[in-house]
Amino acid sequence: MEAYLSLFVRSIFVENLALSFFLGICTFLAVSKKIETALGLGAAVVVVQGITLPINNLIATYLLNEGALSWLGLPDVNLVYLHLIIFIGVIAAIVQILEMILDRYVPALYNALGIFLPLITVNCAILGGSLFMFNRSYNFAESVVFGVGSGLGWALAIVGLAAVREKLKYSDVPEGLQGLGITFIVAGLMSLSFMSFSGIQL
Amino acid sequence: MAESLSTSTHKGLLALPNDDKRKIIFVATALCLVCSVLVSTAAVTLRTLQENNAQNARKMEILKVAGLHSPGEDVDAYFNQHVQTKMVDLNSGNYIENFDVATFDERKAAREHDSSIELQAEQDIAGIKRRTNYVRVYLIPDQQGKINKIVLPVHGYGLWSTMYGFLALSADGRTIAGLTFYEHAETAGLGAEITNAKWLAQFPGKQALDPQGRPLIRVNKGPVNSDDTEANYLVDGISGATLTSIGVTNLMHFWLGELGFGPYLGKLNQLAQPNNG
Amino acid sequence: MTMQTKAILTDPLINKNPITLQILGVCSALAVTTKLAPALIMGLAVMVVLSISNVSISLIRKHIPGSIRIIVQMTIIASLVIIVDQFLKAYAYELSKQLSVFIGLIITNCIVMGRAEAFAMHNPPTASFLDGLGHAMGYGLILVIVAVVRELLGSGTLLDYTVLPLVKDGGWYEPNGLMLLAPGAFFIIGLLIWAIRTWKPDQVEKPEYQIHMVHRTEIM
Repeated sequence: MEAYLSLFVRSIFVENLALSFFLGICTFLAVSKKIETALGLGAAVVVVQGITLPINNLIATYLLNEGALSWLGLPDVNLVYLHLIIFIGVIAAIVQILEMILDRYVPALYNALGIFLPLITVNCAILGGSLFMFNRSYNFAESVVFGVGSGLGWALAIVGLAAVREKLKYSDVPEGLQGLGITFIVAGLMSLSFMSFSGIQL
Repeated sequence: MAESLSTSTHKGLLALPNDDKRKIIFVATALCLVCSVLVSTAAVTLRTLQENNAQNARKMEILKVAGLHSPGEDVDAYFNQHVQTKMVDLNSGNYIENFDVATFDERKAAREHDSSIELQAEQDIAGIKRRTNYVRVYLIPDQQGKINKIVLPVHGYGLWSTMYGFLALSADGRTIAGLTFYEHAETAGLGAEITNAKWLAQFPGKQALDPQGRPLIRVNKGPVNSDDTEANYLVDGISGATLTSIGVTNLMHFWLGELGFGPYLGKLNQLAQPNNG
Repeated sequence: MTMQTKAILTDPLINKNPITLQILGVCSALAVTTKLAPALIMGLAVMVVLSISNVSISLIRKHIPGSIRIIVQMTIIASLVIIVDQFLKAYAYELSKQLSVFIGLIITNCIVMGRAEAFAMHNPPTASFLDGLGHAMGYGLILVIVAVVRELLGSGTLLDYTVLPLVKDGGWYEPNGLMLLAPGAFFIIGLLIWAIRTWKPDQVEKPEYQIHMVHRTEIM
């Protein structure tokens, strides 16, 4: 239990996907003008990350890894080279299915999250999360914890950046640095401050 | 006849409106077929080349860490001439004879329950979860056939990834003769400096173990002060890569410790010389 | 070459650069630019993937059903990335090890998806090819600039050849470690954007909130 708690905290703060590993930075910079939209996108990432990681974990364990197909009587088959395409396929499929389900049954939530869902397929935080899970050979329970935790960490980072940017628009930024330029500098400062979490052992 | 029929169904399918269910399924199936054929062809035809690359790279690393690297020679022949491969049972620390060392795969063995042990969290300082019971070690004899150096495979978790490498020890089993890493996915320019020749060059001559056989070698945080009383078992830390540096220390401690090569290194002097044993 | 096709190829270099103006593909720009060699290989890999994916998607654009179009584009891109990855592992083993997971992450490089969706879905193959090539070059250009700055100032080398001899090797240059860390990459790209926009003022973003200038005359 303690191990899961430590993994959870670590995946939010110490190994923050956006600020320590620089994954999902495109959306991180592009959709962080308002706290409200940042919250919506952050929530969508938590949901998708929390669903796709465990699913990809099951697929890796029972289909892809060397010897994983032994339950089918094929112990020598090694499909590891397919993991990239399978993971991204699962992510794209889940995102579209989620979009359809939300549209059909929970229209209120669809209106809130809907426009962000297509953005998530190309969010490298999601694929990066799955690749980490694969490389570190997490088990099923760990992949659930890591999925939700890393999603929350990413959401925290984008909401933080949006909060800074909302205040920033009242300040006198040099021409040419306005908008994207100053956002990069702010993100750099944020990542610098998150570096103080690195090395924390729980 | 059949051919013309199939072309006409293809044309028929392609002529359908794009949101027709039959067309969606047809496009999806055709795309999957084409892509899977392309990907599988690439993977299967290039696999031998990739495996050769990996094998040769591994042998080159072993030669390099033992100080034998001589470029331009046929790696395979040179390796077989200068290096003896032996299998060690980590639990007892003894050599195992009659083992097919050529096809053995440590990583596969570490995944299977009957050829490995599971590590408890407090034992698993290197973050490897399971440890294989059998490992290949590489012995490098000198001209007289006496063992000169021993090369041990080591691995452990750094910041992003598991780092795989080789540790060469002198015949006394305590002094480091070399260290190298051949597979890792640490941050380029920071953690990836573990493969930097200048950094690795600090290791030869350092003491890996104290006289009681406890692992001592450590990657410092920051540069090592040469006046330090512990300087002969410290190496400079990699700046900007604290976690990777800690990972290197941890993997050395694990593999030199009781659960790693500790028992084997303790018996090193009593073990029969490989050429008469 | 007509003016229009030339514009498709050259616009993404500075005027519509994917990284500094369109915010596409930033993750890998941060991650692989600590050294010049991996940045060059990454730029080449993206060029191959982007131009081929643009052409193939453009070829079948009239037959891609809207409801599964994202997944169709994704499949094509992912297949290309795997093939590039396999080739690198077979023929450039050392470099492919240096790039590790980032070749795989080309799949989610938004430039590739973004150009497929915005250009290749609506344009003929030749134009799509040029568009892909142009965007890959604009991406590669930024990658190379950032990598040159980071490797030179961070390690004192270029392509591993010593340019600025380091103090610890008896030279005079004390390397700036911040350049190798990712915040350094953020700062360099931010400053690069500033430089480009000073040169091309039409790229400057309008501030959402104008600070009211008080003139002396008003106070008087």
